[in-house]
Amino acid sequence: MTETLLSVQNLNAWFGMHQALKNIQIEFSPQTVTALIGPSGCGKSTFVRCLNRLHEEVPGAYATGKVILQGKNIYESSVDPVLIRRKVGMVFQKPNPFPSLSVFDNVVAGLKLAGIRRKSILMEVAERSLKQAALWEEVKNKLQQPGTSLSGGQQQRLCIARALAVEPPILLMDEPTSALDPISTAKIEELLAELKKTMTVIMVTHNMQQAARISDKTAFFLLGELVEFGQTSTLFTVPKEKKTEQYITGKFG
Amino acid sequence: MTSLRRQIGDFTRLRYRRRKALSGWMTFCLTVSACAAAGGLLGVFGYVVWKAVPHFSVSFFTGLPQPVGEPGGGMLNALLGSLFMVALGTGIGVPWGMAAGVYLSEYGRGRLAVWVRFAADMLSSVPSIVTGLFIYVLIVRPMHRFSGFAGALALSVILIPIVARNTEELLKLVPQHIREAGLALGIPRWRVILSIVLRGSRGGLTTGIILGVARISGETAPLLFTALNNRLLSLKWDQPMASLPVQIYTYAISPFEDWNVQAWVGAFVLVLFVFLLNTVTRWVMK
Amino acid sequence: MRQLKKDVRFADRFFLACVRFLALAVIVLLLGMGFFLWDASGTALKSISFFTFLTTSAWDPVRDVYGALPVVYGTLISSFLSLFIAFPLSVGVALFLNELAPPFLAKVLGFLVEMLAAIPSVVYGLWGVFVLVPWLRTEVQPLLIQKLGFLPMFQGPAYGVGMMAAGCVLSLMVLPTISSVSREVFRAIPENQREAALALGATRWEMMKLALLRSSRSGLFAAFMLGLGRALGETMAVTMVIGNRAQIVSSLLAPAQTMASVIANEYAEATSDVHLSALALVGLLLFGITFVTNAVARLFIWRLK
Repeated sequence: MTETLLSVQNLNAWFGMHQALKNIQIEFSPQTVTALIGPSGCGKSTFVRCLNRLHEEVPGAYATGKVILQGKNIYESSVDPVLIRRKVGMVFQKPNPFPSLSVFDNVVAGLKLAGIRRKSILMEVAERSLKQAALWEEVKNKLQQPGTSLSGGQQQRLCIARALAVEPPILLMDEPTSALDPISTAKIEELLAELKKTMTVIMVTHNMQQAARISDKTAFFLLGELVEFGQTSTLFTVPKEKKTEQYITGKFG
Repeated sequence: MTSLRRQIGDFTRLRYRRRKALSGWMTFCLTVSACAAAGGLLGVFGYVVWKAVPHFSVSFFTGLPQPVGEPGGGMLNALLGSLFMVALGTGIGVPWGMAAGVYLSEYGRGRLAVWVRFAADMLSSVPSIVTGLFIYVLIVRPMHRFSGFAGALALSVILIPIVARNTEELLKLVPQHIREAGLALGIPRWRVILSIVLRGSRGGLTTGIILGVARISGETAPLLFTALNNRLLSLKWDQPMASLPVQIYTYAISPFEDWNVQAWVGAFVLVLFVFLLNTVTRWVMK
Repeated sequence: MRQLKKDVRFADRFFLACVRFLALAVIVLLLGMGFFLWDASGTALKSISFFTFLTTSAWDPVRDVYGALPVVYGTLISSFLSLFIAFPLSVGVALFLNELAPPFLAKVLGFLVEMLAAIPSVVYGLWGVFVLVPWLRTEVQPLLIQKLGFLPMFQGPAYGVGMMAAGCVLSLMVLPTISSVSREVFRAIPENQREAALALGATRWEMMKLALLRSSRSGLFAAFMLGLGRALGETMAVTMVIGNRAQIVSSLLAPAQTMASVIANEYAEATSDVHLSALALVGLLLFGITFVTNAVARLFIWRLK
């Protein structure tokens, strides 16, 4: 637990004049699931979007500070975000498979971008990723159908498979289950336990039970600041900060 | 498994430079295309200004066309003719188009509305030369003469679908509860439409109408064999009538340099007028 | 009270009757257009069958012989030539303005491109006659003949006026139509599609290809068709630069004639009934072709919404 995979130092993020994140310091260890909780608008989504430099794609948005991934600061000017995003996968709140691509092509989209065209490799990776995302059994006979023909929960798992296909050491998830029904949610939660054997998962959630169920560590954000970060079991039972206690006991939020 | 991963890793590193170069190159191409398009406008407009300004004078607005060989003169007849036909065309086209637009937005839920909408869309994409041909057959042939009236009618046919669709789009933006508030006060529906719904969106309606007027002011093809042309100053509705665009056309394809010069000045005035209408309305309505 | 209610209902009904009548009149206008053109082309259709009209290539008012093939050919070739130039350019403009340009620049350039649509056709024609045509004749076409003269489309003398000039002017005129429709199409694609592509490690261009271009094929097709509809029917600018010779020649450098330009050129001066009627038939044909083109485009646009 001492090894650090991703270390965030003095991270500040803005949308134009509005500062969304203030001086965030946090470290993530390999093969853990970290849950980010906090009331809506607290900056937790912005925070994960800073970790793959997607935040800056919003017009007028920018970030300063250091995010050190495998010993290298991804905010250095010489770093191309394109390469960062291959190491830091992301799953979004709403399932967003590419509507013009088939299930298969959606899964291997990242590999195809990288120029990998060999059918045998693509097939192997697609099957592996879909199995990892617990979707293989459901879609193995409709790989050529459009990705959007699947149900909402399946689409989200398809998006997870798509992110897994390029084997990123880190997977960001931005409220991946908030648009899904309870059964699909349960499937994705089960999946997380499997995933963390091979990678680090950082997941935003507005659901505290979910955070308690699935995560090793939890970070509590409020008004753009990181209030508390610690072992999930500790944070939910004996929080150090007053605000954390108020939030987890439902006093506000 | 790991060897596969390493293979892929090596391969992607190789590919990455090429992808990055391609992306940069495409970004460059897209930038160039946008600059080319904007440059096309500036090129055309700039050239018109450059050719016209040295010959620009008051006599263009006050004089009549001179015979070949005599420089100077102006396009008073064409300017007044255009004014007449655009005004009459607007007078016919705007009420008609607005009525159709009101029907589409306020009553248009049935099958008829679908057809009206379709017809308006199709009408707005009819080539303007065909509109001219239609008015020729409908008006000029039975009357046995070209006339300013026929020209105005041709312009109104172009204006109707523009106004109709614009009115519909705008009135649909008016929230339903505003209509309901009016009706709940016991105001009859037609009054609600006229004095609440229409009045509420008069800014947008005016913009739409002005842009439509700008569009028909520049139309040449529908006037070629409806209003024809007239070398004299005539504002008789049932006689051939000069117009700025047709006069520009006539002068442009003539072999005489004096006339070519007049064509540039005419084009300058026309473009300036159209641009002013476009920019001022956009600016004011913001 | 009862009287009042009756009055109100009458006024409402009267109002509805009025607007419905004028709305119906829009349909009548469109149908009337087709009917009157058909009616006017009756004389020509008496002397020649529609099929012969469409498939013979002699257009000779002096001998009263009318075959529409050259003008149909000229219309199609000049229009497709213009789209060949303008379509990629317009989509490029749309992508640049929507996805790359900083907001202020996008606003300014977007406005300039929209203004291209505001310039009257006759002004494009004037510019074409005095700027584009001389330039093509003295600079571009000699070079093309020299370098690519082995291709049939770049053979023969450099006239300046002709198919190529028409295609160039037209491309400038249809560009704002296509780019504004493309911009709408791209704007309709949810932001999360772009983010999905970027998060997979797509470069900017790959993002546009994967998230935008691939999923907006039918929208772009509609934009293409709308541009085509505009190019097919465009009259003045084409009439002024195409050279007005009804012939079918493979060379893009040679003069040609389009349906719209033959009407514009000959209608006011036509004396024989057959000539007038044949021109009306060309008009009807043009009406039909643009109708179908635009109907297809609208259909796609409606389906998108």
